[in-house]
Amino acid sequence: MKTRILGFVALTAVAAMTVIGLFVVPADLNQGDAQRIMYPHVASAWLAYLSFGVTAASGILWLWKRDLRFDAVALAGAEIGVMFTAFAIWGGMMWGRPIWGVFWQWEDPRLTTTALLLALYVGYLLLRHLTDDPERRATRAAIVGVVAAVDIPIVHFSVEWWRGLHQTATIGSPDRVLNPAAPMVFVGTLLGMLGAFTLAWGYLMIRRYQLARADVQREEAARLDRLMSARTAQPAR
Amino acid sequence: MTDAGYVITAYAVIIGGLGLYTLLLWRRLRASRGRDDEAR
Repeated sequence: MKTRILGFVALTAVAAMTVIGLFVVPADLNQGDAQRIMYPHVASAWLAYLSFGVTAASGILWLWKRDLRFDAVALAGAEIGVMFTAFAIWGGMMWGRPIWGVFWQWEDPRLTTTALLLALYVGYLLLRHLTDDPERRATRAAIVGVVAAVDIPIVHFSVEWWRGLHQTATIGSPDRVLNPAAPMVFVGTLLGMLGAFTLAWGYLMIRRYQLARADVQREEAARLDRLMSARTAQPAR
Repeated sequence: MTDAGYVITAYAVIIGGLGLYTLLLWRRLRASRGRDDEAR
């Protein structure tokens, strides 16, 4: 029931922030309407970081505690993170074309490291299909999830460390947290979209976790059934 | 395409994708619960 309420609140918040982002907030003086893409683009990128961070932390917890619930959380984070990374890339491409003149440039460190992040976690999801043994699968996935998370700070700080097309962080860089490089009406809308997307993320994480747990429990039951059948099939001595 | 076209395309894919994923996840979860009920 609480999850349903969260889902309803998230749906309302995302719908409201979409209307605000598209129609209520004024267009940027320099970039015009194209700047409106910033709200879902940055929110998606933030949730990609959060999702993969959760996957890495859950992977560490699985390796430490050997509790398969952590693996279910890790899987939820990876799948949802892949979706938000794809959204961030798509939003960035749609914003880049009218502002930079190109959809994509491989020489840009932010774009390339983000594409790498997407590839790493798609690989993580594919890796999970290589074995039916839940514990072996969880261990392999945890190692890949932790190693792949190294790319998260590289993606985030790439705009500070190297030159490229992508602008530096609007509010996420250490010297700009209290002094954002954008008018407060834009920052407020961005924070509103971040909040709305984070609510949606919370709802999706809970639902994906529930699905992952149900799948593992069904796998375990099937494995026990197979063991029991094999035992009863053996001739009595 | 105009700036507005890029904005609409970006929002349509992101918000639409979020909605579609939610719907598919909800259906997967319902199917999973249905299989559990059948097994019982």
